[in-house]
Amino acid sequence: MAATDAPATPEELKARIEAGIPGATAAVTGDGHHFNAVVAAPAFQGLSRIAQHRLVYDVFGAEVGDRIHALSIQTKASETESSA
Amino acid sequence: MSDEQTIQIRDAIQSAISENPVILFMKGTPDQPMCGFSARTVAILQSVGTPFAAVNILPDPRIRQELSGLSNWPTIPQLFIDGEFVGGCDIVSEMYESGELQQALGVEDAGEPGQAAPEPEPQEPAPLTIENRL
Repeated sequence: MAATDAPATPEELKARIEAGIPGATAAVTGDGHHFNAVVAAPAFQGLSRIAQHRLVYDVFGAEVGDRIHALSIQTKASETESSA
Repeated sequence: MSDEQTIQIRDAIQSAISENPVILFMKGTPDQPMCGFSARTVAILQSVGTPFAAVNILPDPRIRQELSGLSNWPTIPQLFIDGEFVGGCDIVSEMYESGELQQALGVEDAGEPGQAAPEPEPQEPAPLTIENRL
C-alpha cells in the first residue's frame, strides 16, 4: 500500500492495521498527526509488548514519525476460536 | 553526511546504552522536554525516583536514525534498562501502572510519588549529549 501525501485519518490507520495483521481489530482515534490505536489480535499471543507494538508499527514502516507524526499503541492478545 | 560520522554516532549510542544502567533517548532534555511523550516518560522516571541518563536526539537527525536502526523501534522516546530496550512512552506507562517498571528498576518499594522517593536530581547524571562523546 503506497504512502500518499494526503493527511492520515483514523479510518485509514484502522483499515491498514486490520489488513496488515491477521485477525486484528483496531480502534483508532487521532487528529491527522497524533493517533492512538487500540489493537487486539490473536497474533499477539505469546509475544512481548515490544514485539506486539512492533507488529503494529511495521504496518506503517517509515511513515511513523513522518506522515503519521505520532502513534500511541495499546495492544492485547485476542482469544482464538479454539480457546472458546 | 559521511559514513564515518554516522558510524561514530552509532558507536556513541551503543556506548551510552551499555554504560548507563538507565538511559532515556528523548526529544529535548528532562528539564525542557520538547514533546509530550518524552515529557510523560521523564515524569514517570522521576516519580519512580531512579536516576537516569538522558540523550536529546534533536540536535542531529542521525542520532534518531541510528538509534531506531539499533532498537528497531520507530518512535521517540526510547528507554533502555541494563542495556536492554524496554519500550517507548506507551509501554513505559503500562509498565509503570502495573508495577513492572519499578521491578525492572529495582525500586519495587517506591511508595506514592513524593512520599518516600527522594527529590529527583536531574543534574545527576547530567544529560549527556552525543556530540560531547565523540
